[in-house]
Amino acid sequence: MKQSPQMQARLRRAREGWQAFARNRLALLGLGLIVLLAVVALLAPWLAPFDPTQGDLLKTRLLPPSSTHWMGTDDQGRDILSRLLWGSRITLFIVTLVAVLAAPIGLAVGTAAGFFSGWVDQALMRVTDVFLAFPRLILALALAAALGPGIENAVLAIAITSWPPYARIARAETLSIRQADFIAAIQLAGASNGRILLGHVMPLALPSLIVRVTLDMAGIILTAAGLGFLGLGAQPPSPEWGAMIAAGRAYVLDQWWVAAGPGVAIFVVSLAFNLLGDGLRDVLDPKAGE
Amino acid sequence: MMLEVRNLKVSYPQRDGSVIEAVRGVSFSLSKERLGIVGESGSGKSQTGRALMGLLAPGAVVTADALNFAGSDLLTMKENQRRALRGSRIAMILQDPKYSLNPVMRIGTQIIEALRAHRRVNAADARTRMLASLSEVGIEDPERVAQLYPHEVSGGMGQRVMIAMMTIGEPELLIADEPTSALDVTVQLQVLAVLDRLVRERGMGLLFVSHDLRLVSSFCDRILIMYAGRVVETLDSGRLDEAKHPYTRGLLDCLPRLDAPRHPLPTLQRDEAWKS
Amino acid sequence: MMLKVQDLQVSFGEFTAVHALDLEVSAGQSFGLVGESGSGKSTVLRAICGLVKVAAGTVQIGGDAALPLSRRVQMVFQDPYGSLHPRHTVDRTLTEPLTIHGIGDSDRRVTEMLDAVALGQRFRYRYPHELSGGQRQRVAIARALMLEPRLLLLDEPTSALDASVQAEVLNLLDALRRERGLSYLMVSHDLAVVTHLCSQVMVMKKGREVETLSAEKLARGEVAQGYTRELMKAAVGFMPSAP
Repeated sequence: MKQSPQMQARLRRAREGWQAFARNRLALLGLGLIVLLAVVALLAPWLAPFDPTQGDLLKTRLLPPSSTHWMGTDDQGRDILSRLLWGSRITLFIVTLVAVLAAPIGLAVGTAAGFFSGWVDQALMRVTDVFLAFPRLILALALAAALGPGIENAVLAIAITSWPPYARIARAETLSIRQADFIAAIQLAGASNGRILLGHVMPLALPSLIVRVTLDMAGIILTAAGLGFLGLGAQPPSPEWGAMIAAGRAYVLDQWWVAAGPGVAIFVVSLAFNLLGDGLRDVLDPKAGE
Repeated sequence: MMLEVRNLKVSYPQRDGSVIEAVRGVSFSLSKERLGIVGESGSGKSQTGRALMGLLAPGAVVTADALNFAGSDLLTMKENQRRALRGSRIAMILQDPKYSLNPVMRIGTQIIEALRAHRRVNAADARTRMLASLSEVGIEDPERVAQLYPHEVSGGMGQRVMIAMMTIGEPELLIADEPTSALDVTVQLQVLAVLDRLVRERGMGLLFVSHDLRLVSSFCDRILIMYAGRVVETLDSGRLDEAKHPYTRGLLDCLPRLDAPRHPLPTLQRDEAWKS
Repeated sequence: MMLKVQDLQVSFGEFTAVHALDLEVSAGQSFGLVGESGSGKSTVLRAICGLVKVAAGTVQIGGDAALPLSRRVQMVFQDPYGSLHPRHTVDRTLTEPLTIHGIGDSDRRVTEMLDAVALGQRFRYRYPHELSGGQRQRVAIARALMLEPRLLLLDEPTSALDASVQAEVLNLLDALRRERGLSYLMVSHDLAVVTHLCSQVMVMKKGREVETLSAEKLARGEVAQGYTRELMKAAVGFMPSAP
């Protein structure tokens, strides 16, 4: 099937962007690790050697790392590696859902505020300020108290407190984009504000936003882990990494592997997102990087 | 012979192995005169000026058979020696004072900073000299202007401030990179008058880089025309009409003139042969 | 009568950029506005097409009154690097005005316009960063003409271009005006450029009209006002004062 020239142009640009990105070894590493996370999450049922929720309290409790249990077992006799692999699904779920919820809201609010100015800007920014004032953990506690604990409510709490900085970034970008002649030109052509916002402003505000969201991922994972640690996130026996650390807390001195496994996993994934975010920033927003 | 340049080349190796050659073998010499370098964008004229100052972007590769200033070899000079030269013996004026003056420092403070970078003066002397330098560039109320920030003055005044700042160290050679391109026509003439007087009174050498052939020919003694990184012609400024190279002729012809309307304007037919 | 401006005043808060300006452009005419920075000349253009608010006075644009403003007047901006959306191909930039107004047959129109501005088809699917300044400006001109306005506002269309490229673009503008019977209102700081392209010139200073005269008179030096004479002298170049 012959590609339309418009599609060819897009592919060409995408390829140039990829080549620029791929020059950064660390960024590639970050991307690779995240792809690995996704693959692991997808294939967890086939990769995990043991059942993540069933353990034998008599025979396999608190076993140190060995050739059978590569990362040891926890206090319920469950294989930690299997729990980590299944838990990657939860991590991916949290990260994706927060991004999908918070980023579009931030983008929409920020670009609208920056573009329309006046009272629209004031109103939207004050709303943003209100949400910015909420500390995440307190809000999560409140939601958990009101709606009951659980991973969905944790995600909701994190998403609600994540979007304000994105709105700020989108607004800042929009303020400078708005001055450009190409915006004046399309206004002169009779474009509606909706068309201008969607087709002209947002595509230019998006890169900084993507960078910020990616760099935020590490924080989001840690917050979810913190909520899990407090018992507000995923509920037992769900293998959420933060909850696993909480469970390992009691055994951290003698059976260090119970907390170390999920700890390392969180560390690696957070690092991966940071590396990816830095790499994206260098490519998408070169002014900020240098 | 203040400045001698032989076969100057500036290139930028790219990540994919190719090399961008910005300057491809430029030679000229400069005594106490005004030399203009004229070219369009991409001709390498700015790169030539910056190479002399050592102010190229990182990654630039500079080679030359000779690059001498007053007997010192600029190529083999160490960075700290280069820095000692800059500002005190060779100075550079850039195009837009909006971007070349420090926006968060008062004008007086910046000039004093430039002075003290090269001379040991006490605070009182520095202030006196700073005010004197502002009057020398035709600023009538130096005390008031010294207190202002760059964004509070007009373009023309900003450029005068830049000239004051760069010449307070009494350099022997001044490199001006499009010093008036960002200014209105009437202001351009005022700033050029300031430059003219300074250069004459102090006996400085001047390297004037610009895209404006007519302006340069009215201001300088000699002109180099650059195209695609090379000098294609050298002219005395009074003899523009005797220009031989087709690029120079083309450049002269394609400008609209008040006194000689031509419809359509002759356009430049670029010849690949000019690149060699 | 393609454009009639009466008593135009444009203010930004306390500051008045344009005071009580009158001007008229007849069909097929090319009218130039000359002045230095702060003269208000660009503001006049933006007020005419509605990009800035008019504080007082009237602006009447000719052409078919049934058509919306965007199909009667268009503008070419000064900076070729800022007037094209960096993420849109040339094709998208040229097609979008047609899409907005529901004008069909876009493929043929885009093809014809690219030929009319001497760009040809090979740049159709390129992005602005892949084009030179002169090429971008041609795209900007093409974009302005897509909706077939009768009046074209030109804001220093060649100031940011090299001299050789400027000549090409000026020739193009000249040819287009004659071929399509357009009217131009052009702003420039360059007297030579304005007299080349325009038949009538208004000199502006600090938001007011200094004088209006024909391009021929300007070229011959038959000017009435001292300020105009100053601009003409400045256009010639630097005159070293007697030592």
